[in-house]
Amino acid sequence: MNYRRILILCFLMGGFAINAAAQDLVKGKQLYETRCLVCHQADGGGVPNMNAPLDGASNVVGTDIARLVRIIKKGYSERVALDGFYYGNAMTANPDLKDVDIANILSYIRTSWTNKASTITAAQVKAAGSKK
Amino acid sequence: MKNLKIFLAIVFSTMTIVSTAQNNAGLKLPQGFKATLFADTIGSARHIAITSNGVVFAKLMYPNKAGKSIIRLEDKNNDGVADKISGWGKYGGTGIFVKGKSLYATSNTGVFLYQLNDNDEVIDTSAPKTIVKGLIDRNQHESKSITLDGQGNIYVNIGAYSNACQEKDRMPGSKGMMPCPILDSAGGIWKFDGQKENQVYGDGIRYATGLRNVVGLDWNRQTNSLFVTQHGRDQLNSFYPKLYTADQNAELPAETMYEMKQGDNAGWPYVYYDPYQKKKIVSPEYGGDGIKEGGENAIDPTAFFPAHMAPNALLFYTGNQFPEKYKNGAFIAFHGSWNRAPLPQEGYFVAFVPFKNGKPNGEWEIFANGFSGLTGDEKVKNPRNAKARPCGLAQGPDGSLYVSDDNKGAIFKISYAK
Ligand code: HEC
Repeated sequence: MNYRRILILCFLMGGFAINAAAQDLVKGKQLYETRCLVCHQADGGGVPNMNAPLDGASNVVGTDIARLVRIIKKGYSERVALDGFYYGNAMTANPDLKDVDIANILSYIRTSWTNKASTITAAQVKAAGSKK
Repeated sequence: MKNLKIFLAIVFSTMTIVSTAQNNAGLKLPQGFKATLFADTIGSARHIAITSNGVVFAKLMYPNKAGKSIIRLEDKNNDGVADKISGWGKYGGTGIFVKGKSLYATSNTGVFLYQLNDNDEVIDTSAPKTIVKGLIDRNQHESKSITLDGQGNIYVNIGAYSNACQEKDRMPGSKGMMPCPILDSAGGIWKFDGQKENQVYGDGIRYATGLRNVVGLDWNRQTNSLFVTQHGRDQLNSFYPKLYTADQNAELPAETMYEMKQGDNAGWPYVYYDPYQKKKIVSPEYGGDGIKEGGENAIDPTAFFPAHMAPNALLFYTGNQFPEKYKNGAFIAFHGSWNRAPLPQEGYFVAFVPFKNGKPNGEWEIFANGFSGLTGDEKVKNPRNAKARPCGLAQGPDGSLYVSDDNKGAIFKISYAK
């Protein structure tokens, strides 16, 4: 095997990976704008006392992906303290979203505004979803 | 020379900005009015009430950093700024009302009564009488606002724990329940005795129904009747994109003010009020298409306002301090919208509706603006950037108007200087 070929292949694959990730975020943003923005706002800041912020939220950038997947699929209205504050509104469920859609949305909200967490793959969403 | 002019222009313009901010606590007011920052950062101040001696009580949505949820504020040297502040109570809530030496405060499930002494201090903060208990609190629209009539009856708003009474709340495609079972215990105004202890649903009456969520209410002493301001439903476009565009969603339905006589029905969840067609339109969850009229048994609003502005307090002005046009008119604190995106948000001001003989008499207008802290005509884009959100109103014994903010916990005092 020719090393140069491998190198080129690596470059190509790397390029694809970056490309794929970029596309996911664009789709994630679109879904965010049609389904989430009304409550969580363009800046991810939410509405005080009403809709939780996603920007800077420890759970959103955290490691419990199963919980995030569940919230998006089933909606959320538990009124527990989130980073010390309570929110009164009831979040809409999204039972029609596919794993890949949820992965895109999660990737978008985990890497937008001041959030700098990892992106999420559809496989991760699937695994998280089956955990329950 | 030219540079000097520019320099002076800048100096003067900053000076005027600074001085108006100092004079009016950052608020924009009609000619002749002034405002002071009566208090700041007391906690999420929802409604406020003022005694005949001018002592202010504020109900906090959650206990503040000091763990207090009812705040007492006094301005001893009468300079427009509270200088004696104390607090008590561990339960969050919205409603507060003073009648003589009786101070009523609400949690999200009940109403409590404290007794005041001659100095308007609470005699025993630890032992209020429980007037009403066991009211429904299912997170959404959980706050209980109150007012009293001249007969000692108390009116309590019990908001509907739902957007449009769907089988599954806020679930796309889920149908509206017929009849809406929520209306048995919420989505209306309940009337109780203002003194009797430990009343539950069965001891009161459902005074008025078909109200999704009322936060502002006041007893109008001129008409001797109850007026309320309702928060209209939302998400027409997210659930029915074929029937409503995003821009229509931003403008539908109107926020409404109603005069509610006993037994009246305002139509929620079956209809909403369309401010353009000026009609009650059948909700899409109940088979509506944005045009079909409904609500034959429901009353029409007394006044209506742009969608989603969240009227959180209503006060009929009975003082003698403000100019004649304000007498018996309605002040409304608009908390400010969050669901008008992609359009800019609206509200974040106190509006005024002139009244004559108990009916609106002319268009509503913005009375006090600038709570959001944004300059000029800039609109709020992201609610978390709004500095203050008007939430409560009360009239002082001298006729001044007080406005509370549940964001940072400010109280503004607005007076008219002849
Ligand atoms: C109708 C308003 C609404 C919509 C639409 C909405 N949410 Fe929410 N969301 C909320 C509310 C309210 C909460 C907090 C609920 C609670 O505390 O009980 C929340 C909580 C969350 C949380 C948990 C935050 C934390 O700190 O744990 C996540 C994640 C989230 N939402 C993501 C989304 C995403 C992604 C979408 C779009 C697919 C979305 N939301 C759409 C209202 C909404």
